[in-house]
Amino acid sequence: MLKDLVTPENANVFVGKLGDILEKAIGKPLGYAINWGRIWSLWPVHIETACCSVEFGAASSPRYDVERFGIIEAFGSLRQCDLVVVQGTITRKMAPRLRLVYDQMPEPKYVIAMGACAITGGLYFDSYNVLPGIDGIIPVDVYVPGCPPRPETLIQGCMLLQEKIKRMKARKFV
Amino acid sequence: MGGLTSTSKGLYNKGKIGMTFKLPPGLALQKVDERIMTLNVGPQHPGSGHMRLIVQIDGDYIVACDPDPGYVHRGEEKMAEYRNYILNIPHLERPVIHDSCNVLYPYVLGSEEILGIEVPERAKYVRVIASELNRCIYIMYWLAIYGIFLGHSTMFMWPAGDRELLIDLMEKMTGARVTHAHFVPGGVRNDLPPNFEDVCLRQVNYFEKRIKEYAAIFYDNPILIARTRDTGILSRQDAIRYGTTGSVLRASGVDYDLRVKEPYDVYEELDVHTNVMKEGDSYARSKIPWLDMLESCNIIRQALQKMPKSGSVRTKLKPNPKGKGLDSVYKRVESGRGSLGCYIVSDGKVEPYRVKLSVPSFRNLIALPNLLRGEKLGNMPSVYWSLNYWPVEADR
Amino acid sequence: MMSTETENPPEDSTEDSTEVESPPPVAKKPAAPVVIPAFEKSISDKIVEKFGDKVEVGFVKEDRVRINVGRENVHDVAEFIRDGLNYDHVESVSGVDYPQDNEIEVVYHIGSYDDSSLARQILVLATRAQRETNPIPGNDATRLPTLRDVFYSVEFHEREVFEMFGVFFEGHPDNRRLLLPEDWADLPPLRKDFTIKGR
Repeated sequence: MLKDLVTPENANVFVGKLGDILEKAIGKPLGYAINWGRIWSLWPVHIETACCSVEFGAASSPRYDVERFGIIEAFGSLRQCDLVVVQGTITRKMAPRLRLVYDQMPEPKYVIAMGACAITGGLYFDSYNVLPGIDGIIPVDVYVPGCPPRPETLIQGCMLLQEKIKRMKARKFV
Repeated sequence: MGGLTSTSKGLYNKGKIGMTFKLPPGLALQKVDERIMTLNVGPQHPGSGHMRLIVQIDGDYIVACDPDPGYVHRGEEKMAEYRNYILNIPHLERPVIHDSCNVLYPYVLGSEEILGIEVPERAKYVRVIASELNRCIYIMYWLAIYGIFLGHSTMFMWPAGDRELLIDLMEKMTGARVTHAHFVPGGVRNDLPPNFEDVCLRQVNYFEKRIKEYAAIFYDNPILIARTRDTGILSRQDAIRYGTTGSVLRASGVDYDLRVKEPYDVYEELDVHTNVMKEGDSYARSKIPWLDMLESCNIIRQALQKMPKSGSVRTKLKPNPKGKGLDSVYKRVESGRGSLGCYIVSDGKVEPYRVKLSVPSFRNLIALPNLLRGEKLGNMPSVYWSLNYWPVEADR
Repeated sequence: MMSTETENPPEDSTEDSTEVESPPPVAKKPAAPVVIPAFEKSISDKIVEKFGDKVEVGFVKEDRVRINVGRENVHDVAEFIRDGLNYDHVESVSGVDYPQDNEIEVVYHIGSYDDSSLARQILVLATRAQRETNPIPGNDATRLPTLRDVFYSVEFHEREVFEMFGVFFEGHPDNRRLLLPEDWADLPPLRKDFTIKGR
């Protein structure tokens, strides 16, 4: 009976409908599973931009040990990363490089703006070479305030990002 | 870098297509050799930090290296011309936030001389203690990153963990983890908390015991010795000629430490020993800071003993203090990386006319192209980081 | 550390005393006699003896000697400082912009590692270049002879002064840009006529 219904003309329509049904049936649990996988593998690109990298390094130290959350693991290649932690001031010389790094990363990718300089320019609001915040060049998910933020604040920012990813719509997968 | 180079012959030949215009002095065209490969290290690279090294390699050997700093150039010297002597403090300590007391020290000494302020005796001792603690904090961070550069993960974990002990002390003393803004013209911002001397002595004694263990795991480690011995040798004459400073200079056999040679504040009453090694290779440059930390522990103990037990720590300033007319001072201190100078020109207004930081990282950078020439590419991270280089400071 | 109030020679201190006495901490200073340190004086005397009126002694303070010299003599004076006085490296090269004099000052802070008697000393060698109202860095009259062949350590410092002030150092092998972005097309940023936003 099914064979009679499917003709070469409407095969595409049927496959599409089947996809819609599948997405309705398992889309939500599968999306949850995909998001669950994403929140425990937030690996940052190794790009230091200014002095906040000191506290970024301290977050990996034995006292704070951010890797126990499965996130912020010091990692090499940007092709395998999905998080940019912008560690402080972005100067006019660094901005094209930051955008280049962001463009080379595969989807999905998230951005944390760490420190007052990355948010608004901070202490260097009137400097001639500093961008007033990075949200003019890349989209930011979480802002972590402080100058520099304590490692606890960075960890809290990462956990906020995890919450955010949990509620995000996973990309269309069927 | 790739945009300027081309393998096609004659494209940049003046005679053929008539490119006779003069290039502006900032630009240069490169001649390309098929054998030489140009490699960009940084700014997104685990082994470069916030700078770029343009390295030309022939096989595995480096033939030329062109450092390209400036990725964190924030124009602090220009900003200092628009703020008064007190408002300049927070942003002038940002170049090296984990060494923030030392990087602010010459500016504070210079502005005291311009503004004509005396510093109480107890404040001088508090400054010495804070500056030595900060030196240890800086060197521990540097050591941790050196461990990462050499693929020695334990050497990241140990210093990064032990460093927190001293950060706790600084937090008790100043109220902030890394950016203290503790030194002001006229003394320090506030007095030591009660019972600080005992806690400090206990922590420093434990810290000293702890860093002595690093010798077994790091400095006597045959792998480290194999990777750093006889790489990047800087001879004594070259170290002097390049004007290097700090641990780089002392590792090449020059006995020069400003705490001994030109003592500021109360260093002349303290017994400071200068550590000198003769080899001038990466191993010596990595060991000198560790010896400096042991020396810093000694200095802190002496200062705690000799410090006046009570008294004022700050001379009150008038709001918007002014200089006395056209005047210029050049003050320098020994920071965690070497001699750090600050040149202040005042014209009698509330803002300084010009502030110039002569930073040790920038001075040591000139040695890098000369050290890397002829070296293997694999040795680049160990040579680069052994120069005690902090890119944010060099760019200012 | 406050004993460095000796920048005024004795004959000048009388006429300046009226305005110096206004801040309270200076009130006890005029009692102390103005002492010019002997060792520092001997250094400046050696330079004056060699070059005569081509150089001008800016000040002689404790550990600091300042020599002002015109741009045509700065290379010779630097060579004498290296060969005759045993100074061996430059710690810092700073530019200072003086729009009212129409000049840009370049200040070399020269020190010595080898000679232990000079370990405390910094010799300040200052020279001035002509300032242009509309600067074209590298192609205008703001030029100075380089000291890179005398003191190797000025290489990066002079590159920095070139991009920050537009002072072109003649004979410097590598006058490229160092710290500023590649596309910087504005005035050199540390000149006084370059104003930062909002100020």
